[in-house]
Amino acid sequence: MSRQRVSSWGRLSDAEHEIVPITSAGAAPSILATTAPGVARGMERSYGDVALNRGGTLWDARGLNRFLGFDAETGILTCEPGVLLRDIQATFSRQGWMLAVTPGTSVVTVAGAVANDVHGKNHSTRGTFADHVESLTLVRTDGTVIVCGPAENRDWFEATCGGLGLTGLIVSVTIRLKRVPGPWLLAENIAYQSLPEFFSLSDESEAEFEHVVSWIDITTDGGRRGILSRANSTPSPHRSLPRGAAGVGATRGGPTVPFVPPFSLVNKATLPLLNRAYYRMQHLSLGSSVVHYKPFFYPLDAIQEWNRAYGPKGFFQHQCVLPRSVGLEAVSEILGLVAASGQGSFLGVLKTLGSRTPIGMLSYPQEGVNLTIDFPNLGASTLALLSRLDDVVAQAGGRLYLAKDARMPVSLFQAGYPRYTEFLKYKDPGMSSEMSRRLLGS
Amino acid sequence: MAAAVSKGSSAGSAWSARSAGSSGSAGARGSAGSAGSRGNSGAWPTDVVVVGATSAIAEQCTRLWLEGGASTALLIGRSSEKLDAMATDLGVRFPSAVVTTLVADLVTPSSISSVVAGFAGPGTPGAAAGAGLTVLVAHGSMTEQEESQASLAAAASVLEVTGVSPSLWIEACADTMTAGTIAVLGSVAGDRGRRKNYIYGAAKALIEAMTEGLQHRLAASPLRVVLVKPGPTATPMTASLPQKGLADVSAVAGEIVAGVNAGAAVVYAPKKWMLIMGVVRNIPSPVFNRLNF
Repeated sequence: MSRQRVSSWGRLSDAEHEIVPITSAGAAPSILATTAPGVARGMERSYGDVALNRGGTLWDARGLNRFLGFDAETGILTCEPGVLLRDIQATFSRQGWMLAVTPGTSVVTVAGAVANDVHGKNHSTRGTFADHVESLTLVRTDGTVIVCGPAENRDWFEATCGGLGLTGLIVSVTIRLKRVPGPWLLAENIAYQSLPEFFSLSDESEAEFEHVVSWIDITTDGGRRGILSRANSTPSPHRSLPRGAAGVGATRGGPTVPFVPPFSLVNKATLPLLNRAYYRMQHLSLGSSVVHYKPFFYPLDAIQEWNRAYGPKGFFQHQCVLPRSVGLEAVSEILGLVAASGQGSFLGVLKTLGSRTPIGMLSYPQEGVNLTIDFPNLGASTLALLSRLDDVVAQAGGRLYLAKDARMPVSLFQAGYPRYTEFLKYKDPGMSSEMSRRLLGS
Repeated sequence: MAAAVSKGSSAGSAWSARSAGSSGSAGARGSAGSAGSRGNSGAWPTDVVVVGATSAIAEQCTRLWLEGGASTALLIGRSSEKLDAMATDLGVRFPSAVVTTLVADLVTPSSISSVVAGFAGPGTPGAAAGAGLTVLVAHGSMTEQEESQASLAAAASVLEVTGVSPSLWIEACADTMTAGTIAVLGSVAGDRGRRKNYIYGAAKALIEAMTEGLQHRLAASPLRVVLVKPGPTATPMTASLPQKGLADVSAVAGEIVAGVNAGAAVVYAPKKWMLIMGVVRNIPSPVFNRLNF
């Protein structure tokens, strides 16, 4: 046990925590019993306070990073909770398998992916991470061990997937990988100049491409330009792997933001320039090309500690999903408010989510359109802007992504996640995070 | 499960699980093997033997060696449960590698010599691997300084497990092996005794003098001896220390593997510790003894 300062990815706080390593699954019950209340921490890639517990215990299971078994016929993998998605992709893409669903960073643990029920660029066809989970083993702070999955203890499974680490400590995960011809994708970038154009392009792309995502320039007014990327896996046997593509620690060695600049590098002065530059850069790569999965799935993993660029006060990310029926108007309204404020970043993401009902009681995706924008933390003016954006989301009947949230009001949480009352029955009373105290009362 | 994982009670029988084909190619692996095409300096081992295999740094190094093309790994340790879990993981990661586990007494001299004879003695696959054999001796105990300072028995145990035993392992390897690399984990703590960890540091300093002597003795032989000095690394051993400034275990392992493959005499991992300890060693005692670190 040791006291350490911990920040989540948004770097909005830097408080001391008691870090308690989970040394083995077998030791977990006694460790939990003696150090509760607390919450599990993984790679701290959630942006807000899901995995923070200031002054209290964080159970660190990152050392539990072994594979426990793999069936090369079915692609079913069992592993410890601290295995990184990066490790799974690197290991199994060589054997013709990859994760069916992956978020935009591979530097997250498999248990973190379950606890936040992450999704990827292929939500319409593949659903969320939980749709590919066969089984989970949970240890509760009272020593109970629960095995759950789609067919066994289904209620516990629905509570745990997207359950923010509050139903018990995940000590093993069994997932189904997806057959792939190799690590390559045939990707295509297409520019769009308006929101209606985005929607029609996106719908058309969903029919033929597994992966669809778009970057949107949040600074242009009127014409809502952006770049839509779409891709399918492709066999490409004649290519050699890019430098550092293989290897256990393969994404090490990319450029790093070496220190925290005294102010956000993304600010009112640089914002339009960054967006213009990004658009130009992407514009150069319009058309089709064969790309490795890393730059396509994980473009930001190439720059280590990029979150430092937002300066010492950190940043918020506002990620919402809005029902499709009002999506066009609501996205326009949000972008209008953001443009008028002069705040935001150059990492705006617009994509549609499919109709599949997510497994988790607190899972984020719902059918509609997802809009993600970063905001360097300028204090009161940023909070005021975010609260205006919340109003639009509430009005539209949408919800915010808990993995990204540090501040949504309880009313918006309860409206967006009506199954929270059901979830409370499964919450471990010995598990508590800053987010659970803020939104769930304990 | 496609992995070829086998268990054995004696190294000789366990390790002969490897196919004859791979041992045939092993000897050819010196300077001109496929190691060169990987752009790595030095020779990539074909066969690795890891003593104290389940320590966090040793496990990461083993993953990297198999990743880079080593075809067999013999994992030696005290707990069959931990060795099996590690072997299963390696089997999933590297389905074509042959991973073998061996439970052994790591401290008793007779046990050490029979285990080493079993994997590196005449007629063993280890001997056939020639220059392709790398042995990493990685065990040790990091008992809290207060605890080992409070009881002579505890201090004796730290000195024995962390200092004497690894020294005997490398001595036995030097006596038995005719080619290849013997690497041992020392520590920056062995560079200068400090009040906070001098018993552990003294044990590691013992290893340092052993490796210096072996390097001297074996200077004309094809056998290389490498002393690895990791700085403070985030592992279960250091879980009770403040984590700020601790190096990431996979980064440390990467530097160790590169240094061992290159046959460097001393490998500091991370490299910055060479500079830091250069300064620490040279602080005059009157000043040093007033510092609190």
